[in-house]
Amino acid sequence: MRLICPCCGWRDRREFTYMGADDYLHRPVPDAPPEAWDEYLHNRTNPAGAARDLWYHDPCGTWVCITRDTITHAVTDGTRLEDAQ
Amino acid sequence: MRRRDSGGSALERARSLSFQFDGRELQGFEGDTLASALLAGGVRLVGRSFKYHRPRGVMSAGSEEPNALVELLRDGVYHPNIRATTQELHMGLQARAQNCWPSARRDVMAVNDWLSPFLGAGFYYKTFMWPRAFWEHLYEPLIRRAAGLGRLPQSHQDAPHEKAFAFCDLLVIGAGPAGLMAALTAARAGADVILAEEDRQMGGRLLSDHGQIDGMPGGTWAAGVVAELASLPNVRLMPRTSVFGAYDGGVYGALERGALHMAAPARTPRECYWRITAKRVVLASGALERPIAHPDNDRPGVMLLGAVASYWQRFAVDPGRVVVFGNNDHALATAKALAADGMDIRAYIDPRDGLATDAPFTVYAGAEVIGTRGRHGLQHVTLRHKGREFRMDADTLALSGGWNPSLHLACHMNGRPVWDDTIAAFIPRPGMVPDMEAIGAAAGQFSTHAALESGARAAAGALDALGLRAPECAFPQAEDAPYAIQPLWQVQGKGRAWLDFANDVTTRDVALAAREGFASVEHMKRYTTQGMAPDQGKSSNMGALAVLADATGGTIAGTGTTTFRPPFVPVSIAALGAGGYGKSFAPERLTTSDAQARAMGAPMIEAGLWYRPSYFPQADDRDWRDACNREALHVRNAVGVCDVSTLGKIDLQGPDAARFLDFVYTNTMSSLKPGRVRYGLMLREDGHVMDDGTCARLGDQHFLITTTTAAAGEVMRHLDFVQQAFCADWAVRLISVTEAWAQFAIAGPLADEVLGHIFGDLPELPFMGCAPVDLGAVAGRLFRISFSGERGYELAVPARYGADLFRQLVALAEGLGGGAYGMEALNVLRIEKGFVTHAEIDGRVTAFDLGLQGMVSPRKDFIGRAASQRAGLTGAARLQLVGLRPVNAQAEITAGAHLYAPDQPARAAFGQGHVKSVCYSPTLQSWLALALVRNGRARRGERLRLDDGLRGIRVDVEICNPVFFDPDGGRMRD
Ligand SMILES: [Zn+2]
Repeated sequence: MRLICPCCGWRDRREFTYMGADDYLHRPVPDAPPEAWDEYLHNRTNPAGAARDLWYHDPCGTWVCITRDTITHAVTDGTRLEDAQ
Repeated sequence: MRRRDSGGSALERARSLSFQFDGRELQGFEGDTLASALLAGGVRLVGRSFKYHRPRGVMSAGSEEPNALVELLRDGVYHPNIRATTQELHMGLQARAQNCWPSARRDVMAVNDWLSPFLGAGFYYKTFMWPRAFWEHLYEPLIRRAAGLGRLPQSHQDAPHEKAFAFCDLLVIGAGPAGLMAALTAARAGADVILAEEDRQMGGRLLSDHGQIDGMPGGTWAAGVVAELASLPNVRLMPRTSVFGAYDGGVYGALERGALHMAAPARTPRECYWRITAKRVVLASGALERPIAHPDNDRPGVMLLGAVASYWQRFAVDPGRVVVFGNNDHALATAKALAADGMDIRAYIDPRDGLATDAPFTVYAGAEVIGTRGRHGLQHVTLRHKGREFRMDADTLALSGGWNPSLHLACHMNGRPVWDDTIAAFIPRPGMVPDMEAIGAAAGQFSTHAALESGARAAAGALDALGLRAPECAFPQAEDAPYAIQPLWQVQGKGRAWLDFANDVTTRDVALAAREGFASVEHMKRYTTQGMAPDQGKSSNMGALAVLADATGGTIAGTGTTTFRPPFVPVSIAALGAGGYGKSFAPERLTTSDAQARAMGAPMIEAGLWYRPSYFPQADDRDWRDACNREALHVRNAVGVCDVSTLGKIDLQGPDAARFLDFVYTNTMSSLKPGRVRYGLMLREDGHVMDDGTCARLGDQHFLITTTTAAAGEVMRHLDFVQQAFCADWAVRLISVTEAWAQFAIAGPLADEVLGHIFGDLPELPFMGCAPVDLGAVAGRLFRISFSGERGYELAVPARYGADLFRQLVALAEGLGGGAYGMEALNVLRIEKGFVTHAEIDGRVTAFDLGLQGMVSPRKDFIGRAASQRAGLTGAARLQLVGLRPVNAQAEITAGAHLYAPDQPARAAFGQGHVKSVCYSPTLQSWLALALVRNGRARRGERLRLDDGLRGIRVDVEICNPVFFDPDGGRMRD
């Protein structure tokens, strides 16, 4: 499996550390109700098809939002988090 | 069988090689495989079958071989399941038959063959069910002894294996006519090409068939193409390399055979495991010939026709009197070509009627082979022709049941192939693996012309996708004969007809599976074990599927195939694990004081990948505790020196650095003054403690924070995430500087004296202060922080000065009645002070649990704030950090022990908590523990029973303040 780092290009997935779905990017406001935090922290969809998730490229320290297809396993995009919000 | 006097395109007859098989001295030539040398030496019986211990001989000439698996001697050890058909002969090779005792000829277990009526499909499932009491002590050992093929070496194998990575524009798998044409076209256009071929020689079937290309023998044309490819800098030729798996993202696994399989210079790796990343792939893996399931078709001497041709042409093996049994035009054409070349072909047998009979041998149209005879090798063949049955003498029966495209790799991503009636075989669908195209015989196009044409066309398509231009080149001329076949899946008759030779599965087993309800192809496979041997059913899957379809009244297309999974050929664990054991599995990180610590005799212990000194022994120590006690007392009474460089260090700079730290720590860092240090706590977003450490403000916009050794990587990743996800527009940058600095703790009442010698004039530093310092020309940093509870400092210098500084500090400390201290003493000192580490921060504790709720600011947002306020993460129900002292101070206690009320049993329902860290404190002359106890802080003074069921330790303990020593902290502060 190969992933694309916006800093380094296509690299072997062994250079990356996985975090989880890109839901982590959408942090609730501090005083959001507990339900919003519960949703943010724990609840994830399990899409068949296009999915976006977060990977850390250890050698360069860049967090990457990867777009891939959970059916075909095709990796189609990798962007910096600031471009993925 | 014998060697012909001339011929053999693969052989170097000038170089004769002697070798041994089953203790017998034999001769072969350079260029032989073990199989060809055995056949040429008249050895037909090479092993026994897995289940019935039937005599078996070489069947194929490639990696699909189901029978000729032998044990090979290497470096004094026998290696099992080596395929004689791909093993290259070399001087002094020693091999022996496997799955037989005492020899392949006289095998005791051959009795199984007489018992075969009782050993059919599902035998194990039916027999070893009852009584239940027999499972463990009778049935399992019995089955284990019978299971598996060959015996693994029982000693650790150290021989080198390698892993390697390669990248290319175009990966061509297989170097037959199609693969060569594709590689040549792409290479001439300037693409980076890798051409991988299983065989030692490139050329595929051109090496063994009789066709011509551009008026020259196919082998000559192939040699010319290979020579041109070898001369091009953009081509990597990889002979002896089996591409065994297709994976996501254009990654292919390949196994290159090395010193295990050939004569090779010393230190050549036995095998190399390649990961090849290719933009485009051409699958030109050819096709595998099918045997025919007729009665007694498993005798040594029964071979595939293509293999007979290959051994004849490449290795000059004369198969003696040959009977050919085929069902397709290619078989008849091959028989004619071989006869014209001098092979003694006695008859051609084909179930099809109305064949042309212009051959120099008898052609029996509408006929079938219905039996064979010969105890350890074929002696004659029985056939049925026009209602008549008769025998023919034969040394070799050559079978050709048609050809199966080698489409395995095309199916590795769960694609299902499509049935093609015209060739009676499955062919790959386009696009089953992205960016891969199957061509030539692998795509069911069997003529040489079609192979060449599809090779050129596929390469042109790949070049187009790569943005390169296909070169104009003359297209070679070759035969374009049609291929007609009449499927023949089984011949009815007396006796067993084998489908899977490796696992001893017959047509009857498959029919039985269907009758007993295992009618789906995946169920049949598991019930009969068909296709589950090392050859993965390469020569039997198609036949078994057809017999199953017949037994269930379905069509082959409707019955479908089992799932194709990597690896295409067996891959040794040693190759897969190459570079992944010993020090390569866990590299060593060494501190700058490592050599000095080892020179002082310190045993080193692992802390993640780091190695740190456990303690520094002295001659009169009884055990490690003596050393640990001494070192702890040095710190309490004089001065100790300890390398703390393994702690993570992260440098943060920028106008928003303080704001950023406020967001990642529970407490406030922006109020910290330059030149001061503050203890900090980080939470995960789910409200639990991630890590703790210190935060030093080196300048207005410059901070240096430390992490624990264990969590250094995790914290760096976390900070990068928070910064890039939530604060991307803040002016702050961070970088790990862990390895840039060597840092040493100097702790104890005499710490100032040590530093006085280093600096002459010791900078005046308050507790939790920091300052830049000069050590001669070296710029260092001094922190007045303490993890021991004593007056202490940490002195940091650029890593290249670490070794010298450590030596100097230790000498100064020793001169003052102290010395170096290791991890054991460090642990004692911190437990005495109730300082937590990741023994306590176990991922489930909150700031409240650790008694650090005062560090959680109520006035700002930070990572983990919202979740840390959830109900259930604070309160009396929580396990809270406490100290424990045994009632009898000398009673040893253990980490991991559980805690119970004195009058309650040691059962989970009564658990009150558990012990996280223990030590013996030489200062307090008592065992101490840090523990998590339910509502612990409110229970100080209460007694519990500590119960370590594993070690049989039960000790009464009392709950107390986790800060056992100097609870108000005066010693480190003043
Ligand atoms: Zn990168």
